[in-house]
Parts: sequence; C-alpha cells; structure tokens
Amino acid sequence: MQSQATYNYKVVRQFAVMTVIWGIVGMLVGVIIAAQLVWPELNAAEWLSYGRLRPLHTNAVIFAFGGCALFATSFYVVQRTCHTTLFAPGLASFIFWGWQIVIVLAAITLPLGFTQGKEYAELEWPIDILITVIWVAYAVVFFGTIGTRKTPHIYVANWFYGAFIIAVALLHIFNSAAIPVSLTKSYSAYAGVQDAMIQWWYGHNAVGFFLTAAFLGMMYYFVPKQAERPIYSYRLSVVHFWALIFTYMWAGPHHLHYTALPDWTQSVGMVFSLILLAPSWGGMINGIMTLSGAWHKLRDDPILKFLITSLSFYGMSTFEGPMMSIKTVNALSHYTDWTVGHVHSGALGWVAMITIGSIYYLIPRLFGKAEMYSVKLINVHFWLATLGTVLYIAALWISGVMQGLMWRATNADGTLTYSFVESVKASYPFWTIRVVGGVLFLTGMCLMAYNMYKTIASGRAVDDAPVIAPAHAHAH
Amino acid sequence: MDINDLRSIFTVLVFGAFIGIVAWAYSSKRKQAFDEAARLPLDDDAPAAGGGAGQQHN
Repeated sequence: MQSQATYNYKVVRQFAVMTVIWGIVGMLVGVIIAAQLVWPELNAAEWLSYGRLRPLHTNAVIFAFGGCALFATSFYVVQRTCHTTLFAPGLASFIFWGWQIVIVLAAITLPLGFTQGKEYAELEWPIDILITVIWVAYAVVFFGTIGTRKTPHIYVANWFYGAFIIAVALLHIFNSAAIPVSLTKSYSAYAGVQDAMIQWWYGHNAVGFFLTAAFLGMMYYFVPKQAERPIYSYRLSVVHFWALIFTYMWAGPHHLHYTALPDWTQSVGMVFSLILLAPSWGGMINGIMTLSGAWHKLRDDPILKFLITSLSFYGMSTFEGPMMSIKTVNALSHYTDWTVGHVHSGALGWVAMITIGSIYYLIPRLFGKAEMYSVKLINVHFWLATLGTVLYIAALWISGVMQGLMWRATNADGTLTYSFVESVKASYPFWTIRVVGGVLFLTGMCLMAYNMYKTIASGRAVDDAPVIAPAHAHAH
Repeated sequence: MDINDLRSIFTVLVFGAFIGIVAWAYSSKRKQAFDEAARLPLDDDAPAAGGGAGQQHN
C-alpha cells in the first residue's frame, strides 16, 4: 500500500537550488561592502551606500541563503526520517514562493532605505506580516509531517528543526511588534533599554535557534549519512538538545555590556553565555566523533571535509563566543572588528560550510545522479572556502584587537593616545585581506553553481523516490 | 510569597527537569531504543542512482 507513495522532492529541489543562487547574491553584496570599507569611492549612489547594503547582505545570507537551506534540508530530513511524504504539499509550495517574494521585497526595500532599524529584523511591517504567515504554514507542514510519521521515535534532527521553527516564531512576533504610521514606516512597540533588550534577546536567539539549532539538525542527519555511521552518541544528542534549549534564551544581554541595561542582567547574560560552552562542545564532539574509526573517509570525500570542518569552526566560534561575553574581555572586543570576525567564523565556517556540504549531498539525489558532475571541483571549493574563511577571521582578529587597544590607550595625563580616525587608518591593510578572503569564498560558491548546473543539466528531476517502510517493519 | 520566590522555584524546577532528562537519557533501560533511533537516518536508504521506481517490500 505504501509502494505508491513517493517523497515530495519538488519543494526540496526548489529550495536547494535557490540556496546556491541566494548564497552567491548575498556573498557578492558582502564582498561589495567589504570593498567599500577599503575604497570609499565605491559608495556610488545612496541606494548603493554601505549603510543600505549592509542590512541587505546580512538579510540575504541569513534568511535567503540560510533560510532556503533550512527549508530544503528540513523538508528532506523530516520526510526521510519519518518515512512519510510531506504533509500539505500545496502549503509547501506556498512557503517556497512566499519566501522568494519576501527575499525580493527585502532586496528592493532595504536599498531604498525602508527599515525598522533593528539588526537582522530590518524589514518593515507589511513584510513582517508576510513572514509570519509563511512561518505558520511552515510549522503546519513540518509538524504535520511529524504527526503522520510511520516511526515511533522522532529522530533528533527533527527535534532541532522543530525547536528552531517554534523559537523563531516567538522571536519574530515579539521583536517585530511595531506601530505602523504608513505603509513603509513603523515604530517599535518598545522604548529605551527594553527595546534594546528585546532586540538582542531576538538577535542572539536568531543566532542560537536560526543559525545554530537548525543547522545542528542538518548536522545530525547529513554527518551520519555521509559518514555511513550512526551518530557517535544518541544519548549525548538528547542531552545536547535540552541543554541548548534551556540555555540559549538567556544569553542575549551579552550584546549590551556596559550599556544602560542593569548590571545584574548583563551578568546573567554573561554567565549563561559561559554555560553555553558545554552543550555547544557536546554537540561538536558528537558530530566529529561520528567519524571515529573511519577517519580515512576524510581523505577523499570532500563533502565530508566540508561537514567536519564546519564542526571544527563551530567548536572554535562557540569557544570564542563565551570568552567574548566575559565583561572584561568584552570591554576590549565590543564595537571592534573582532565581533565581525567572530560572527564570520560562525557564518562562513560553520553555517555556510555545513550548508554547502549538505547541498552537495542533496543535489545528486534530487536530480537522479550518483554524484555531483565534478567531485574534483567540490574539493577545489573546499579549499577556497577554508582559505577564504581563515584569511577573513584572522585579519579581523588582528584589526579588532588592535582597534580595541588603540581606543583604550591613554597618555600619562589621561588624554587619549589615538584619535578614532587613526584606528581606521591602521585597519586598512586588514580590511584589504578581508576582501581577498571574501572573494575566495565567493569564487567557491560560483564553482558550486557551475557544478550544480552541470549536474542538473545531465540529470532528471526525481519525483518517484518511493517512501520506504521503516526498518522495524522489515523485521516482521 | 512574592514573585522572586516564584522565580527561584521555577529555576530550581527547570534545573531538576534537566537533571531528570540526563538521568533518563543515560538510563540503561533506554539504551536499546536509542541505539535503534540512531539507525533511523541510515535505514532510510534509497537506490544509489537517486531513486528509480523500485518496488519495496514490507
């Protein structure tokens, strides 16, 4: 009876292809704004200026590139681990087209200067409402699929995806609450330090649930799959999940150290950020140790290289993050390039690399091929991405620490040793290295697009992958 | 009892819940079920060519 049922790959395919395309767009804008810092003449028109393009870059890479990757992989993983086809396929189509409209609206309104002025939540209220509708549809499709599963157990990857969907709904609704005064202008429903706290409660949990929990869902499926081994410890994955969920929500205040936020709130944020090291590293160890006894696979499997390297960067940035949340360290690092470097260690090293690895896994399976058109090109992509990331974060570590030290330096009579512009001038060489790193990473993405195009051109859209009965059913 | 007592109680309850989860996850009774759960992604395999119209059996 199940033999007629097929997995719904259409929406997975659409989102997977758009992941690569929006990745190139978002990273290209990133390279442009990085170049604008080195060559200010590139701020050619107001809608091409740094202040307008920077939110476009962050929105494009987080919500267009990252978002499409999460839709693609969550819809694939939930179907396959629940041994059932997607619930409400019509709604899934609506999610795809709705999300693309949101992205296009962002690409139009942000350069035109329409913004709520909240970081990672810049989009104006009509777009916010559209996002809310799409997100509710997403929850219906995802949890509907879980509800119709053929397995007794819900695989851990789905727990992470599910937590991401619920948490992002909560964050989006509360942080985007605003009073509209016209179609294109609104004011936050909160004021003063409460507004700042809600913004960074949102901002940090956007990192925690959008850019971490959801991508850990990816990790828990694609790492075991590509390594052809079960996850190192399933028990650890259960503890990992709950520890992360209990802790992340409290870490936001570390974005507001030494501000008008009450001191005790800052300290709570710092303590919870330090605690976060434990679940983060637990998850990283669980992922990497999955390869225990099969390390040789890393030698010639570039997809596995992407996945495992992403976990190494995850470990690095989740060590760096708690360290930077310590108030005395933050006094040096805050407002400097160090923060930007830290974010990109997570964004390029962790989020983008695990996405790239997962999409390389998916594309051949969605288009009826045994593997990508060129495995060699995946390898080239891997080295471009790794080198680009390392150049980027190393350059900004140096410039960040340098800026922090220059800003706090005082003469014997208490006056500042350096003017601000001197720290800007000293940063130029590192900003130039950052552009080079970004260009390398972007070049890798272009290779990926070519590789994907060649794979699709010789493949066929797979719409007849049969839903497989769960293993325990075979046993009877 | 003021709201801060409630906050303290909540914190203790959440901490207790977490300890409970750890004990549950590592109890020997759950071992077999978790070992099976860990196999879930590996047992969903499609034909290597990306899924032809292969008939599967129950």
